[in-house]
Amino acid sequence: MSDKKNESSAKASGGHTAGAFDIRNIIGSLLGIYGLLLLMAGLFMDTQEAKTGGVNANLWTGLGLTVAGAVFLLWARLKPIIVPADVEPVGDDPTRPAPRRRPGGH
Amino acid sequence: MTALAPLALPAATPLIDANWLDYTLVAIYFAFVLGIGVMARRSVSDSIDFFLSGRSLPAWVTGLAFISANLGAVEIMGMSANGAEIGLPTVHYFWVGAIPAMLFLGVVMMPFYYGSKVRSVPEFMFRRFGTGAHLVNAISFAFAQLLIAGVNLYLLGSIVHALLGWPLWLALIVAAAIVLSYITLGGLSAAIYNEVLQFFVIVASLLPLTLIGLHRVGGYGGLKDKITAFADAAPAGAKVAPAAQQLESWPGQALSGFDSPFWSVVGIVFGLGFVLSFGYWTTNFVEVQRAMASKSISAARKTPIIGAFPKMFVPFLVIFPGMVSAVLVKEMIDLKGGGHPAGGASGEGVKYNDALLLLMRDILPNGLLGLAIAGLLAAFMAGMAANISAFNTVFSYDLWQRYIRKDHSDDYYLRIGRLATAAATLIAIFTATLASNFSNIMDYLQTLFGFFNAPLFATFILGMFWKRMTPTAGWVGLSSGTLSAVLVAFLSEDAFGSASQGVIPLSGQGASFVAASTAFVVDILLSIVVSMVTQPKPASELKGLVYSETPREDLVDPEEASMPWFQRTMPLAGIALVMVLILNFAF
Repeated sequence: MSDKKNESSAKASGGHTAGAFDIRNIIGSLLGIYGLLLLMAGLFMDTQEAKTGGVNANLWTGLGLTVAGAVFLLWARLKPIIVPADVEPVGDDPTRPAPRRRPGGH
Repeated sequence: MTALAPLALPAATPLIDANWLDYTLVAIYFAFVLGIGVMARRSVSDSIDFFLSGRSLPAWVTGLAFISANLGAVEIMGMSANGAEIGLPTVHYFWVGAIPAMLFLGVVMMPFYYGSKVRSVPEFMFRRFGTGAHLVNAISFAFAQLLIAGVNLYLLGSIVHALLGWPLWLALIVAAAIVLSYITLGGLSAAIYNEVLQFFVIVASLLPLTLIGLHRVGGYGGLKDKITAFADAAPAGAKVAPAAQQLESWPGQALSGFDSPFWSVVGIVFGLGFVLSFGYWTTNFVEVQRAMASKSISAARKTPIIGAFPKMFVPFLVIFPGMVSAVLVKEMIDLKGGGHPAGGASGEGVKYNDALLLLMRDILPNGLLGLAIAGLLAAFMAGMAANISAFNTVFSYDLWQRYIRKDHSDDYYLRIGRLATAAATLIAIFTATLASNFSNIMDYLQTLFGFFNAPLFATFILGMFWKRMTPTAGWVGLSSGTLSAVLVAFLSEDAFGSASQGVIPLSGQGASFVAASTAFVVDILLSIVVSMVTQPKPASELKGLVYSETPREDLVDPEEASMPWFQRTMPLAGIALVMVLILNFAF
């Protein structure tokens, strides 16, 4: 299966963007989701300002995270990482082996 | 809530009152981490392979992964506990105890590791010294991983306890089950992704916690006033450090526990700054691995140096909340004033370790609370999983395959590995109860690092720069170093908890510094003496393992000279060094 994939991507002009697997997209979407949820909580839920000393902490953190998430997504969009046509499959990290890939064969 | 003793009840009132929103945030985090893990294991996209091989990763990612691998139990809970107990001198763990060692790793050691292609500490020991040192090191490494996994598990369990109110033993078993499923579901295979995500989630929750905390006590000025007032009013029996010692980093007597300011500085600089921290950072391959995955020697060297910049500012996010907690949270005030408030995250009475959790309970609204819980769970879970895996590798390959059952099939060792993982998780439940005996988890961790890392660093550094050092000296030095540290801890007042005898008048983290320094000195001395009377390895076998026998061109990156100055190793390290000196003078 992976052989086919390598072949097809090699044919397609040698390289494509990393897309959803770009680490910046992953960071951006997690921070963005968190930001929006906290923003909602800050706007529509009990702000519990007795705890925070009169600050709507959820709202401000939500805003900050939404902006941070957007920056990461934008960065990934503006400067995409190109995955080369041929990618060596990674071996398992010997210091962190836990679930190993099935060693070759069947 | 804490007025009643909730010990006997099977499900006492939870310490933290989390609602559906908090649980949603935690669930989203787990979905992300496990989702990436599953994709990585199945290699659903060649992009994943591309990223995990590390060659695509820009230096900021490996740099963050590098410090994030360490931003776990030690940093978050231990440092805030320390901040609550002794205040500002805790910054020495960062500005003396981490940054110089990280720069040293990048400038001196990394080219060497990268060039010699050594992948683990026992592997280096085997190639440099042969069987004896390898066996000693593999056994002590495996043992240390089990003990440290216990620390992570204890902290994880205390969060489960705080959330659900279950008794500690049950919380520990649940937490162990969580970690096992994390390992089995592939959470570790995308370690770099997780570490970077974890870093952002932790910063996103600790930054608001610090700011709100400071806001509640009236800014940094207000915090100082409150700590001063507290220290002045505290009863003598509570042994609260004077305000001046809590609010100035030097000479740090509150940290070292030494009466003399001079010896306190010596203890911190040599014990913590040199032996413990160089031992930890330069021989910790869980972290060194992050750098070795990068594409060139230059990138590998820059990884710890880039990591040093965010690392400098982590103390503000962990120590300040601890200090705020000690003057704001009712139970912490009671504890620091010499009382024994009931409850706490373990359910067995409030401890300094609870400083952060209790502050979260008091000042974070639901929502942010969930974010903070997600960050903490992530850090301890990943930390323990890394310990368990490291144990698994050393046990299956370095011990079982090399000494017990050679030449079996790959499947056989995979099966052994799975058994080792399950066994290690079970054992960690017991080592977690050991860890729960310490009021300040930092004392315990530093003691452990003194036993294992200090002699290892001594043997490593001597073996690397002195080609005359013999195989016999390797194992003699390692084992005598560890034994001497254990002896010092046993004779001190409390480095071993209640097992210590109190013959040597040392307590707190000062005792660990002395134990570590003793281990280092004993290891070096014995290694030199033994080397003089035994046979060294021939020079031809030492290429790539000893500095003088390794060709210079293996240690530098020819392309680096053509990069702009801010991308070169040495200028970056210089800037980091100057910044950390400024921080030392400012606080």
